[in-house]
Amino acid sequence: MNENNIPDDAASSDSSDPEQIPLMQRILDNPFLLLVLGIAVPAVFYIIWGIIEITQIPIAD
Amino acid sequence: MSSLIDYRTCPTTGLKVDRAAEKLIKANAVAAIVFLAIGGLFGLLVALTRWPAVHFLPADMFYLALTAHGLDVLLVWIIFFEMALLYFASAILLNSRLAGPKWAWTGFGLMLVGALITNVAVLQGKSSVMFTSYVPMMAEPPFYVGIILFAVGALIGCCVFFGTLVLAKREKTYEGSIPLVTFGALTAAIIAVFTLASGAIILIPTLLWSLGLVSHIDPLVYKTIWWAMGHSSQQINVSAHVAVWYAIAAMVFGAKPLSEKISRMAFLMYILFLQLASAHHLLVEPGMSSEWKIFNTSYAMYLAVLGSMIHGMSVPGAIEVAQRSRGLTKGMFEWLRKAPWGNPAFAGMFMSLVFFGFLGGISGVVMGTEQINLIMHNTLYVPGHFHATVVAGTTLAFMAITYILVPLIFRRELMMKKLAMWQPYVFGIGVAGISVFMMGAGTLGVSRRHWDMTFADAILPFDYPSAAFLMMGLNGIFAVMAAVGGLMYVVIVVGSVFFGKKLTDDEKPSYPEVPPESAAVSHYGSSESLKIPGTAFLVGIFFTAFVLYYFVNWKYLSEIWPLS
Ligand code: HEM
Ligand SMILES: [Cu+2]
Repeated sequence: MNENNIPDDAASSDSSDPEQIPLMQRILDNPFLLLVLGIAVPAVFYIIWGIIEITQIPIAD
Repeated sequence: MSSLIDYRTCPTTGLKVDRAAEKLIKANAVAAIVFLAIGGLFGLLVALTRWPAVHFLPADMFYLALTAHGLDVLLVWIIFFEMALLYFASAILLNSRLAGPKWAWTGFGLMLVGALITNVAVLQGKSSVMFTSYVPMMAEPPFYVGIILFAVGALIGCCVFFGTLVLAKREKTYEGSIPLVTFGALTAAIIAVFTLASGAIILIPTLLWSLGLVSHIDPLVYKTIWWAMGHSSQQINVSAHVAVWYAIAAMVFGAKPLSEKISRMAFLMYILFLQLASAHHLLVEPGMSSEWKIFNTSYAMYLAVLGSMIHGMSVPGAIEVAQRSRGLTKGMFEWLRKAPWGNPAFAGMFMSLVFFGFLGGISGVVMGTEQINLIMHNTLYVPGHFHATVVAGTTLAFMAITYILVPLIFRRELMMKKLAMWQPYVFGIGVAGISVFMMGAGTLGVSRRHWDMTFADAILPFDYPSAAFLMMGLNGIFAVMAAVGGLMYVVIVVGSVFFGKKLTDDEKPSYPEVPPESAAVSHYGSSESLKIPGTAFLVGIFFTAFVLYYFVNWKYLSEIWPLS
C-alpha cells in the first residue's frame, strides 16, 4: 500500500497512462497498425516473392 | 452532431442501436439471403448433374450452373452477409453511430448492381468460365465489370467499418479495448482489404484484355494474384464465422472467452499468416519453387491453423464454463448434454464448429501439404473440403446468428419455430454428407468441375472404381437434403422478416431466448474459470483424428507411387 491507500498493482495498471499499457495490448488496440501488417506480410511473402519467381522462369524461344 | 442521430435502446441487451446502421444491416442481410437462394438452387442442379443416375443438365448448362453457383454463394451471399456483420460488430456492439451511412449505401448499391451484372452475364451463356475465370479462358466484359463493382462496393463497406471504429473511439462510446467479437470482425475487415485490392490488381487488367485493350495476361501471374483474392476471401469468412461463434456463445449463454489475450493473439495469427496459405492453390505449378510453396503453405499456414485450434477450443470452453457456473457440473458432459439443442442459434453454431474443425480443418491441413496434395489436386476432394469450411462452417454459422438477428435487429418475432428448430440439423447433416462424399470420390480420383465421370464419348475409355459412383450417388442424396435445409432457412427468415409479428421498441422477443447476460458480447472480459474437462476431452479426440488421418494419407501416397 502507498500513502493514498491504493494497492500498488492497481496503481501501476492505471489505464489512463499510456506508458503502463503492455506493448502487445497497444499493438492489438491499434487497428491501423494491424491493417498495415495484414497487408504487408502477404504482399511480401506471397505476392512479391511469388512474382519474382515467375519473372525468373526462362522464356522459350 | 451525435444528438441528430436516431437511436433506440435494445430492450434485451440494453445496447444503443443507431437506426441508420440497423437499416443497412437489414438491407445487406436480405440481399445476402436472396443470392443464397439463387446460388443454392444452382448448387442443387450441379449436384444432380454429378449424380450419375440422374445426370440432370447438359454439358454447357452444367458449366453455366457451376459458374453461377460459385459466384452467387461464395462471393455474393457471403460478402453481403459479412457487410451486415461488420456494421453490427462496429456500430451496434460499440454503442456508436455508423460512420458515413451514405457511403455505406453507396457501397451496397455498387455491390447489388455488380452482382446483378455478373449474374446476367453468366446467364447469357458466354461467360461459363467458373468463378476463378482462369486466363486464357475469356468471359464477356460485363462479367468482370460486375465483379469489380461488387469488390469496390465491399471495399467501401470496409472503410465504413474502420471509420466507425475511429468514431466510436473518439466519441468514447466504449471503454478500454474493443470487444472480442468486434476484434474478430476487424480481422475479417483487414483481410478483406488485402483480398479486394488483390482482386482489383488482377481483374482490371483482365477486363481490359477481354475488351481487347491488353494483348496478353500471363496465366501463372493471373493464378498467383487471383488466389491472393480467392483464398484470402475464404479467410475473411473464417474470421467472420469465428467472431459469430463467440457472439452466439455470448448471446445464448452470456459466455465470456476463456482468455481475451489468447483469443486476440489467435486472431493476430490470422491477420499475419492466413493469407499466405493462398499458395496451396499453386502447389502443383512447376514454375514456383518448393521454398515458396512450403514457406507459404506449411510454416506460415500452421501458425494460422494454430489460431483456429485456439478458437476451436476457446469457444466450447467458454460455453462449458458458463454452463458449469449455472450448476451443470455433473460428469464431463452435463454442460453439453443440457445445452439448448432446440435453439437453432446454438445448434447451428455448435455444428458449424464441429464440422469446420473435424471435416474442413483436418482435410485442409492434409491437402495443404505439398506432397499429399499431389493425390487430390483438382479432384472432388477440393470441393469436399471447402463445402465443409465455407458451407458447414461459415454458412451454417451465419444462418445460426440470423435466428438471433431477426428478432433483435429486424424487430420481428421468428415464425415457424418448429421448422427453425430442425433447420440447422437438416442443412448441417446434408452439407456434412456432401463434404464427406465428395472427399471420398476425390480420394478415388474423380475430378472436380467435370460433367461426365463415365467418359462416355472419350476416345480412350477410362473407368473409375464403382465405389466412386456410389459416392456420387450418396452425394446427390445429401445434396437434396442440404438444399431442403437451405430452403427451410430462406422460408423461415424471409417469412419472419416480412410477415412476422412486429415488436415495439421496448418489447422483448419471445424466441430464441437471449438472456440479459448476453450483454457480455459488447464488453471486454475473460471468464473467471479454466475448468473445462469436457472441452479438453473433445480436443483430445480432435488431435487423435487429426494425426491418424494425416498419416493415413502419407501411407496412401506411398502406395500410389511405389518407389522401389
Ligand atoms: C444446397 C447446397 C449446396 C450444394 C448441394 C452444393 C453442391 C456443389 C457441387 C456438387 C459442386 C460441384 C463440384 C464440381 O463438380 O466441381 C459445388 C461447387 C462449389 N460450391 Fe457448392 N453446394 C452447395 C452450397 C454451397 C455454398 C453455400 C457455397 C458457398 C458459400 C458453395 C460453394 C461452392 C463453390 C465455390 C464451388 C466451386 C465452383 C467451381 O468449381 O467453380 N456451395 N457445389
Ligand atoms: Cu485456399
